[in-house]
Amino acid sequence: MAKPSQSDKISWLKQPGVLAALPASLFLIIGFAGPLLLVVGYSFMPSKTFSLLQAPTFENYTSIISDSYYISFFWSLAMALTTVVLLFIICYPIAYGMARLFNRWANLVTALIAIPILISENIRLFGWVLILLKNGIFDGSMQSLFDMSISGLLFTVPAIILGLVYVYLPFTLFPLVIGISMVPEALKEAASDLGATRWQIFREIELPLSMPGLMIGGILTFVLVLGSLAEAKILGGQAIVMIADDIESSFTFAQNWPKGSALSVLLIALSGTIVFFLFKRVDLDRVIGRR
Amino acid sequence: MVELSEPFLELSGITKRFGSFVAVDDVNLEITEGEFFTLVGPSGSGKTTMIRMLVGMDQPSDGEMRLQGRVMNDLPANKRPTCMVFQSLALFPHKSVGENIEFSMKIAGKDKAKRRARVDQLMEQLRLPLSYYDKSVTQCSGGERQRIALARALAFDPQILFFDEPLSALDFRLRKALEKELKDIHRETGKTFVYITHSLEEAMVMSDRIAIMRKGRIVQVGTPHEIYNTPKNKFVAQFMGEVNTLSVEKAGENTLKVTGFDEIFTVTNDLSDFTTGFLIIRPEVMKIGKSAAGMKNKIKGITFNDYALGSRVQYQIRIDHFDEPWLVERLQDEPYEGRRGDTVDIGWRPEDSILVSS
Repeated sequence: MAKPSQSDKISWLKQPGVLAALPASLFLIIGFAGPLLLVVGYSFMPSKTFSLLQAPTFENYTSIISDSYYISFFWSLAMALTTVVLLFIICYPIAYGMARLFNRWANLVTALIAIPILISENIRLFGWVLILLKNGIFDGSMQSLFDMSISGLLFTVPAIILGLVYVYLPFTLFPLVIGISMVPEALKEAASDLGATRWQIFREIELPLSMPGLMIGGILTFVLVLGSLAEAKILGGQAIVMIADDIESSFTFAQNWPKGSALSVLLIALSGTIVFFLFKRVDLDRVIGRR
Repeated sequence: MVELSEPFLELSGITKRFGSFVAVDDVNLEITEGEFFTLVGPSGSGKTTMIRMLVGMDQPSDGEMRLQGRVMNDLPANKRPTCMVFQSLALFPHKSVGENIEFSMKIAGKDKAKRRARVDQLMEQLRLPLSYYDKSVTQCSGGERQRIALARALAFDPQILFFDEPLSALDFRLRKALEKELKDIHRETGKTFVYITHSLEEAMVMSDRIAIMRKGRIVQVGTPHEIYNTPKNKFVAQFMGEVNTLSVEKAGENTLKVTGFDEIFTVTNDLSDFTTGFLIIRPEVMKIGKSAAGMKNKIKGITFNDYALGSRVQYQIRIDHFDEPWLVERLQDEPYEGRRGDTVDIGWRPEDSILVSS
């Protein structure tokens, strides 16, 4: 009787997939779950200490309010929301064209939008600095062509938004293309046949049915902008401080790991909650028609 | 049968070209109010292009479509008082059964109570349980989805209801049941139905009149009875199902000779204008064995195959110098008494011959 029980013990290992998933699981435990737990642990340690073996405290969290870090949270949320809304407006027509109208040109458009991703984000942002700079490409051109100076573009909130929209466009666009391609042409024809105008077809058929792509693109962009740093630093200068900036300086300049950890935990909780409620509000399965 | 009166829908010279390809070629048709009219053709015959133009999803390259005398060529689909049941049904997967059915009324801005009342009425008429109002269409069965699509189209209150082979994806039994149901609904609503299918059998069951299409042209228009008994050419006769086809030429006042051979057959058809053409004999009028003994048209052959077709049995008879085997069908409960490989007489009555010139 000992034999079967022994084989029972290792039988779960023999199930298809378990062994195959092992390397990835180990990697995720060491590289993702572990550090995350460390961050959570540090967030309860006394300020400006480096040991995890101390009595837990809430001081890092309480000081976030008193030290007015909520302003950085607010800016990050505002930037994320603005970027998502602007990107929806910009990307929907492009995505529609790529999914429905461009046909064989769609691949070219895809390539044109995708190729810049191969270049480091920071380098591309410095490119924008050169364009927006006082006496830079834009300002200089305006001076020589129309004899008027438009300076003061750089280090402003709109410049940051421009950078965010520019960098995260593909993350909204490509899920949106997939979302729009998922709407069968026959459904739109049927709606038109039943008397619907173009706008009604969009509102009643296309928008709800492309919602999965819209949601995924929107959430992806939102979460990425929430944690973004480079745009505000490079194009914004001192205009605003976003939360990722605060986290970075806590860990580096201030050497205050517990404070940085507490801010990180709050940011993760915030974006996690938002994503959770968004997914809950829009039932993706129902939208796709699987239920 | 519907009394033929002035045309409700009139097509004159309808042509559709895609580049150099002519999908629909100079189609002229008159469809009467309240009739069940079916366009039949094999795939590639242009029937789908035809219906897409009729609903307004494609524009004809040439010709005119008039509904009650009013030209509707340039009216887009959403302005036409017609509606179509799609081959894919095109139900909105994100909407419930009720929301699907009331779609056109919501679009037209009718208030909720009115919409609901009409939806209930339609669901009752189409034998859909009223509790289905909130059910997701993706959870409905094939037959239910057909009824929902039909209800959605009827809710639009169209002057003409078009059907693009909606039953083609269903299994045989369900298709047969729905064919009859559709005919019942046609009678109950009194609306003009224009149906498209590749199955002449399906067309026969439901239609008042049938138009047969081939390579973008209308080959024959007539009642099911006319199409069955007096097919205009070989294509129509063979489209009906398996038939025996012989290339023949006139031999005497009421006799035909098989082209290239010596067999002479007697027919009762009027041969005054006939020189060469095709003699068509349906397998079910053919006799075999003893029952063929006294027949005027008779030929000897060897049975080499038999197939059970359900209510009938089909025999294939090989006859010297005929490329194709001859087909004979008998009712399943009175089968041919001989065995495979026997040499038998097969024959048919002269009046059962169908003669076409092309």
